[in-house]
Amino acid sequence: MRLIRQILLRMLTTAVTLIGVAVIVFVVIRVVPGNPIAMMLPPGATDEDVLRLTALYGLDKSLPQQFLIWAGGVLHGDFGTSITSRQPVLALVLDRLPATLELSIMALVIAVLIGGVVALTGTRSRDSGIEAAIDIGNGIALSIPDFLWGLILILLFGVLLPVFNISGRITPSLPLNFVTNFYLFESILRGRPDLWLDLISHMFLPSLALAIPLSAIIGQVLKQSLKETMHLDYVTLSRTKGYGENHVILREALPNAILPTLTLVGVQFTFLIGGTVIIERLFSYEGLGNLAIDAVINRDLPLIQGIVILFAVIFTAVNLVVDLLYAVLNPRLRHG
Amino acid sequence: MTITRRTLLKTAAAGAAVSALGLPAGAQGIDELVIAYNVNLPSWDPTTGPSAVNPTIQGLYQSVFDQFILQQPDLKPAPGLLTEWGWNEDKTKVHMTVREGVTWHDGSSFTAEDVAWSLQRAADPATGNPIQFVWGTLTNIKAEGNTVTADVAQFDPTIFKWMYFLTGYVLPKEYYTRVGAEGFEAAPIGTGPYMVEKFERDAYVRLKANANYWGGKPDFETVTIKFVTDAAARVAEVESGQSHVTLEMPYEEFDRLKGAMNGYATPISDIGMIFLNDIDVMLDPNVRKAAVAAIDKQTIIDRLLSGYGVAIDTLETPDYDAYDASIKTPYDPQAAVAALAASGYSIDNPVKFKIQTTKGFKPKDYEMIQAIVGLWRKVGIEAEIEVYEIAKHYELRAADQLAPAAFYNWGNSVGDPTTSTGFAMFGPSPHSVWDSQDLIDRIGPLWGEKDEAKRIQGWKDVDRYIAENAYVIPLLQYVQPILAAKGVTVTPHHSGALLPHLMKRA
Repeated sequence: MRLIRQILLRMLTTAVTLIGVAVIVFVVIRVVPGNPIAMMLPPGATDEDVLRLTALYGLDKSLPQQFLIWAGGVLHGDFGTSITSRQPVLALVLDRLPATLELSIMALVIAVLIGGVVALTGTRSRDSGIEAAIDIGNGIALSIPDFLWGLILILLFGVLLPVFNISGRITPSLPLNFVTNFYLFESILRGRPDLWLDLISHMFLPSLALAIPLSAIIGQVLKQSLKETMHLDYVTLSRTKGYGENHVILREALPNAILPTLTLVGVQFTFLIGGTVIIERLFSYEGLGNLAIDAVINRDLPLIQGIVILFAVIFTAVNLVVDLLYAVLNPRLRHG
Repeated sequence: MTITRRTLLKTAAAGAAVSALGLPAGAQGIDELVIAYNVNLPSWDPTTGPSAVNPTIQGLYQSVFDQFILQQPDLKPAPGLLTEWGWNEDKTKVHMTVREGVTWHDGSSFTAEDVAWSLQRAADPATGNPIQFVWGTLTNIKAEGNTVTADVAQFDPTIFKWMYFLTGYVLPKEYYTRVGAEGFEAAPIGTGPYMVEKFERDAYVRLKANANYWGGKPDFETVTIKFVTDAAARVAEVESGQSHVTLEMPYEEFDRLKGAMNGYATPISDIGMIFLNDIDVMLDPNVRKAAVAAIDKQTIIDRLLSGYGVAIDTLETPDYDAYDASIKTPYDPQAAVAALAASGYSIDNPVKFKIQTTKGFKPKDYEMIQAIVGLWRKVGIEAEIEVYEIAKHYELRAADQLAPAAFYNWGNSVGDPTTSTGFAMFGPSPHSVWDSQDLIDRIGPLWGEKDEAKRIQGWKDVDRYIAENAYVIPLLQYVQPILAAKGVTVTPHHSGALLPHLMKRA
């Protein structure tokens, strides 16, 4: 009962948050410098041309009027039309979302794998030179931002040792008959290794660039948590029973140590999606981030609004899921 | 070196893994040309929205669509879909002859109706063509046989130049009206050298050669244009062999790679300039003249742009119709000091104003302004730099609220003086910054001048007057760097458009 109440409360606060985001974004992007009409004015345009184009894009109305028109449309599933591409915003945004989600999930998986291995190795070799080396490695991974990792990876695995593709999502010459835009998931489900291997070849470097800083955080937190758990009585008891170190770490300490890491992963995942903006640009990956940068450069107001709202929905949804997962996994919360 | 069984297995496994992940395009030969392009293509309609007036995108459009008139790489017009064009004696009517035997990409015939409809559509304010004010000068557009005629509602000497400039594209009447704007966006067709095979927004467009192209089938059967907006990533693309051709990279990278690849550095129609606004201290001619004389353009080009640039003294480049080599604004710091002294300024008592610039929008834009501010400081000008986004520049310029000095780049791929000096310096234009009446009076009569020789000479005289009064600071003509794999030769287009049908196998 308490869990249901908590869910309802969170959904209510989520709705309020989204409305707040919508209002703020709508006002801010119209207040900051950069008028989309001024950007499309050709040489020789007259004041009449300016007025004509302003009216054509509905920017001649007052701010509250514009907001009401836009909000009314949103309630009916119409997020407006992109100024630059003249396509419905909702279709454009939903078209790109799967690409960004796949990239983010792949990055998360890589980060968890690297971070997990680092934490377990560090715990296994605690107070040794290996742990010191892992700490130094973590420090380096954290202090270099993801876009710089991207450039380093492009140089290493795109230019010096050209193993991976460094731009795009899939090789254009491949026959694409996807039903959904979740190319990677769909090609795996359909058993098409020619497609999913090509997709991974394109996605690996941007995912790795996103994953490296996150893996360092996961590795550090999980290692710390494991080290603390390793001193608890039940772990000592397990040792006295004669279990080996690997068994003690994996079977006894890890299940209890993983909870704080899970919360962290949830929070960091939202930051990771935010990080795709720059990484997608660098790797010319056709996701939401790339779309967002173009929208901002072109002052495509309806598209900026749509993307920001979608990001807000993702962030709040991920936080909600993490909170619920935490509540389910944590016995103290589960049983009140 | 001993090869053990384990080493052999490891090597084989690594090789298999690499092969499974897919080799880059560079290893597959040059049957399929891959170009790393520097901009995205937001929309396929070349006549509406912001993309229609974005000069960088025009190369993509011109691969698929033909313009009314063909523009050659040296910017000169040539017969294209229109084989002949002109005015009647008193310039109250225009006539155009349409090429016969041309087909659209869907196999249907191209006719004079398509030309007439494209002109009517461009002139219709409801379609949102940003250049409607130009196309609207033609009325009563009619097609008969292979001829199109129209009445001239308002004489515009550049109307035929616009037919190979922004939004001057011919679209298919029957197909467009049948499929509508959304259908056209999903499956665009033109009469151009390439047909759209596959398009992934923000990722790539895959083009197939148009075997029936009236100008001859292009050399490369398939062309993939990847949209790689980051310059470092574009360099990596060609360096790794994943793309064969790219453009617009830092000049240092161009110099580093041009030996191993085919490198082209061609002056294009874009120029760098500093707008002066007729406010504050800029109303003092001595300040303006000093600001011009104190800039050593050639040294800036040599030091900051590795020599890739052409110093200019007017808003006309040597390719433009009204270029006059005799107009000079030489680097003369002594003259600058003297001019400032005449107005009571010196190094100890400098004249102060703000200069606005973009940072990273054009090659070394901010660095150039830093260098200029340094040169100004030596003669008694203290300029404060304000960095802004290009979007803010457009907004401030349209509202005539730019600072006393503002850096900008101006593109004019048709090379006509109206679309350079004209729109940049004519007060009533929303693009002009210097709005003094003397200049308006000199430029005004040139808009409708029907004698071409007189018109061009008139613009040259205006350019000389502007230079003498230092109403603007022209800096340089940009040079566009292009890198191509050894197996590809590129014919650079002076408009800056990178056109795949002008690329050949070496």
